[in-house]
Amino acid sequence: MEEKVLLKGNEIIGEAAIRSGCKLFFGYPITPSTEVIEYLSANLPGQGGTVLQAEDEIGAINMCYGAACTGSRVMTASSSPGVSLKQEGLSYSAAVELPMVIVNVNRCGPGLGGLGPAQSDYFQSVKGGGHGDYHLIVLAPSKAQELYDYTMQAFDLADQYRNPVMVLTDGYLGQTMEPVVLKERPPAQEWDRSWIVDGAEGREKRILASYSLTNEIGEANNLYWEAKYKEIQKKEQQWEEFHTEDADYLIVSYGTTGRISKSTVLNARKKGIKLGLIRPITLWPFPVNAFKPFLGKIKGIVTVELNTGQMIEDVKLAVNCGVPVELYRRQGGMLPTETEILEYIEEMIMKTDAKEVQA
Amino acid sequence: MPKAIVIEKYCKSCSLCVEICPKKIMAISDHTNDKGYFVATCIDQEQCIGCTLCATVCPDVAIDVYK
Amino acid sequence: MNKVFSRSKGLTDVPFTFCPGCTHGIIMRLIAEVLEELDILEETIGVSPVGCAGFSQDFFTCDFVGAAHGRAQAVGTGIKRALPHRTVFTYQGDGDIAAIGTQHAVHVAARGEKITSIMVNNAIYGMTGGQMAPTTLTNMKTSTSPFGRDPQTMGFPMDFPKLLAGIPGAAYVASVSVDSPKNIKKTKDAIRKAFKVQQAGLGFSLVSVLSTCPTNWGLNPSESLKWLRENMMPIYEMGELKVSEEVEKL
Repeated sequence: MEEKVLLKGNEIIGEAAIRSGCKLFFGYPITPSTEVIEYLSANLPGQGGTVLQAEDEIGAINMCYGAACTGSRVMTASSSPGVSLKQEGLSYSAAVELPMVIVNVNRCGPGLGGLGPAQSDYFQSVKGGGHGDYHLIVLAPSKAQELYDYTMQAFDLADQYRNPVMVLTDGYLGQTMEPVVLKERPPAQEWDRSWIVDGAEGREKRILASYSLTNEIGEANNLYWEAKYKEIQKKEQQWEEFHTEDADYLIVSYGTTGRISKSTVLNARKKGIKLGLIRPITLWPFPVNAFKPFLGKIKGIVTVELNTGQMIEDVKLAVNCGVPVELYRRQGGMLPTETEILEYIEEMIMKTDAKEVQA
Repeated sequence: MPKAIVIEKYCKSCSLCVEICPKKIMAISDHTNDKGYFVATCIDQEQCIGCTLCATVCPDVAIDVYK
Repeated sequence: MNKVFSRSKGLTDVPFTFCPGCTHGIIMRLIAEVLEELDILEETIGVSPVGCAGFSQDFFTCDFVGAAHGRAQAVGTGIKRALPHRTVFTYQGDGDIAAIGTQHAVHVAARGEKITSIMVNNAIYGMTGGQMAPTTLTNMKTSTSPFGRDPQTMGFPMDFPKLLAGIPGAAYVASVSVDSPKNIKKTKDAIRKAFKVQQAGLGFSLVSVLSTCPTNWGLNPSESLKWLRENMMPIYEMGELKVSEEVEKL
């Protein structure tokens, strides 16, 4: 039954997890993600699930690893410094190909940093984060409904590809209370479970481990994972376009700044500036396909980020440096206003136009 | 008659069976297994009392004992 | 004529990868025999660590999960919480459980997590080639304490099972040795009891086993057993260090 409720962002993730059939949650409190474990502590046991507050983040991610080995739907949630601690476990989970959902409510860093929203964990999230060659699938919601929808999708993608999936939000999304429609979940598809470890009753024993002391096996493993990542890159790119049809300029921004940038686009249109927005939804795989139609048509791109410029590198690769790509960023927990983004873009346009005149 | 049989592929020639045997009938032989270890063997099965001490201390579960 | 001693069904036919004379193999055999005797091979999930014991998964016939270094008990916790009716055990070296994984060991005990941990204490890091462990004895030479472990700068050897025994959720803690047939029997009894504690849902159980490392101690297998007896057993408290009231009644 669908119902519309008012919940905090972090609580929405908790509710979505329950409705996705998540049976186990292992976590450790850290602001601004704590409401996820609080919400689940209050609500998951009543649904037959288990919440365990671990001794630390390392414990929590390795408990997820263990539970995921049994084929159970499992989740953990944390915020930047805590997610750093989880990186070892994520590398192992990716290597053993374990479906699990990790929520990072990104706060500003480095170090202990502050509690404000940030996108400073972009590199950590999309480039692997821990040791070895691997990828998490990374989904970036920008509003309450997407926190709900993408969390659900995260569980499905995790099962489908036997891969850890990260939901990357930030302190702003996590703490904001917004209405959300708790949609009914379509019955989950049944995935192959012939790999799980649950006691070798009436079957051959199974081993889930990631060591390969033989280099030939090590290379074969890496090639196998690489093929899976390529398949994900091919099939799972997601993005939203906003007023892109006739755009001269594009903003590329995800999450909270993606949402703010929509207002920037509308304000620009009022001024007659043909500005559009590409909002990546999957940060990995990065939606490179989104950019193809615009090559040769647009004059410039601005990435709007809450970091020193991280996603901009992927945008430059996506356009193969065929379009000027600039960065507008705020850091340390600060958010940009739609006006200051527009002012920056107007300045950029003036420079670009001046170059055209000179040419 | 009791007897102790060394499963040669498991033996690593550590000699713990040789030292524990109360009848002193375990010895390291002069032939090797696939890994190159000189394997232990019972040199006088008739003396074996089937006490299983050799198998108990064997770190490689390389000895079967019959009684 | 009956076979009175043979390979347990709990072991695969894969030869152990341990050095000649290393007593890891005895401990693994005892675990396999206990699992077979309790008839729980098909419902048991083992968790292997990193280190010499990291190949455990190849040697047992039950399901196995390989954990990151020190994380076996956290992984075991995840498995047990997902499958509360299955038997879960971790097999870990002293470095794994008492150095890099200390926090998990302390907290599985505090939570009374219904898993069984087997700790193998050989006072040294074997796999990496003989470095100092948390259990390395005072004045003992290793490759990272080449002039002997000086407690003033390198700390004291830690009697880890004794530490865990003091935690309320630990229902059964035993410290045993595999240096002699008599002690090997005691070790098997302790391992059996530890698994029974788990089956009865009484809390966390730990069996710490003193074991040899001939290669890195620089002694032959027989000398190693003697060295263990003369040097380790006086330092580490032996016997059943914790038997909760409920375990007494088992």
